[in-house]
Amino acid sequence: MTEYNFAYLDEQTKRMIRRAILKGLAIPGYQVPFASREMPMPYGWGTGGVQVSAAVLTPSDTFKVIDQGADDTTNAVSIRTFFQRTAGVATTTATSDATVIQTRHRIPEEPLHEGQILVYQVPIPEPLRFLEPRESETRKMHSLEEYGLMHVKLYEDISRHGHIATSYAYPVKVEGRYVMDPSPIPKFDNAKLGDMAAIQLFGAGREQRIYALPPYTQVVSLDFEDHPFEASKADHLCGMCGANDSYLDELIIDDLGGRMFVCSDTDYCEARQAAGHKGKDAA
Amino acid sequence: MTPLLSVQGITKRYGAHIGCADVSFDLYPGEVMGIVGESGSGKSTLLNCMAGHLIPDAGQVVFDTRTDGPRDTITMSEPERRMLGRTDWAFVHQHARDGLRMGVSAGGNVGERLMAVGERNYGDIRDKATDWLGRVEIDATRVDDRPTTFSGGMQQRLQIARNLVTGPRLVFMDEPTGGLDVSVQARLLDLLRGLVRDMGLSAIIVTHDLAVVRLLADRLMVMKSGRVVEAGLTDQVLDDPQHAYSQLLVSSVLQV
Ligand SMILES: Nc1ncnc2c1ncn2[C@@H]1O[C@H](COP(=O)(O)OP(=O)(O)O)[C@@H](O)[C@H]1O
Ligand SMILES: [Mg+2]
Ligand SMILES: [Zn+2]
Repeated sequence: MTEYNFAYLDEQTKRMIRRAILKGLAIPGYQVPFASREMPMPYGWGTGGVQVSAAVLTPSDTFKVIDQGADDTTNAVSIRTFFQRTAGVATTTATSDATVIQTRHRIPEEPLHEGQILVYQVPIPEPLRFLEPRESETRKMHSLEEYGLMHVKLYEDISRHGHIATSYAYPVKVEGRYVMDPSPIPKFDNAKLGDMAAIQLFGAGREQRIYALPPYTQVVSLDFEDHPFEASKADHLCGMCGANDSYLDELIIDDLGGRMFVCSDTDYCEARQAAGHKGKDAA
Repeated sequence: MTPLLSVQGITKRYGAHIGCADVSFDLYPGEVMGIVGESGSGKSTLLNCMAGHLIPDAGQVVFDTRTDGPRDTITMSEPERRMLGRTDWAFVHQHARDGLRMGVSAGGNVGERLMAVGERNYGDIRDKATDWLGRVEIDATRVDDRPTTFSGGMQQRLQIARNLVTGPRLVFMDEPTGGLDVSVQARLLDLLRGLVRDMGLSAIIVTHDLAVVRLLADRLMVMKSGRVVEAGLTDQVLDDPQHAYSQLLVSSVLQV
């Protein structure tokens, strides 16, 4: 049987990743290069997030993994199991009990508290990539704060759709300095990025970048005066728990085209139901 | 009067090979300077040194900035130089695709410089972009089309609109009519002449086409092997060239 070091990665690699994390925390929103390691899972499975989690986990941590808000998808289960096996840490699905939460595509609805760490899996860390493919040029644009191009992207959106149609990975400006891609979370979650009590760490495995938001960082979503940013969501209540303040997934419930809206954050929805809240579609 | 641009002793080598050597001249506000010479004579090298795209081995490029008066743009910081590059300076490339974002609509292309200097009102940006399309004779209905759907002449006019929208004071142009059909060239030249006159622009135009400078330039510099061999008022140089090389250049055009 193979002997793993705690949390799979060797101590030297974890130190290297921690240095990148600390640098990221010191320069909020700045993409720090790091030497990404091979992980025993495909890139699409969030190897950047996994490496960051491996570097911050301690034996006394309680670990939670969500994928699109759910704890029970294949991706979430396999990452949770991976750290159960390699680090022996306790796991949970309860947002408030977790000390480290790895996520893809969502920020939990329940406000995070001090002492928690939220680790994002990031596919493409460079927000300028869409219009400027040259890495040497995007690096220069960041260092000189030349961000006009970000607004060109939003301009194109409005000219094509009549409104800013970007609904995921909506670009933000951090502490009035770096423009950052918050990973493909819905723009509804952008409102939670700023002034958060928890530490937020972003890991991109294939692209070998780590960036971070320390607690209580100012984060502003880019927009135009006459097309202001809106943290929109489906205009419904959760069919299961009746919540009016959570991000909803639309489900097809029968072959007659019946639909229902449910919280994408399963822990949030279940906790509300357990507390007696009931939506119109609840049994 | 303070020159808008004062170029002193610009030299650029490529290894042992000379790109341009010891070029000096002053450009006054509202003046158009033409730089002519055969292919390989160092015109583009000189232009790129002046516009901050190449770092010369020697010399100064002093620009009369709005806020701080004359400054050597070669020794100023890169952020300052790049800021000039998207405010008071404009650069029109020979190939429109080098100066346009081909994946972005015409409106987005024109609006980019506005957004780069902080404009944040979509309606205003779009209005200004549409206005500028009109000024370069592109129909307003094309504002959301990508330049890939434009003809060569339209692309070049779009590139000009994209450059002039922030009201620059100095425009660098490298063979702006090169590669276009003759009739398309004539229309573009007319347009450029109108814009230069109406906006009181100062410009430096590099070309191997003497008809272009005849129409646009107040003064001329003739380059050969990286050096300026003759300079003067356009009509004087073209009608009564003094240097043997200038005479050759002018006569070869007459033969065409
Ligand atoms: N990147 C380069 N590397 C080496 N030599 C170059 C380079 N660019 C231009 N040159 C040389 O410098 C001289 C001037 O070139 P250039 O400025 O492009 O002339 P022009 O624009 O008048 O045609 C030519 O001999 C050319 O071959
Ligand atoms: Mg040239
Ligand atoms: Zn719910």
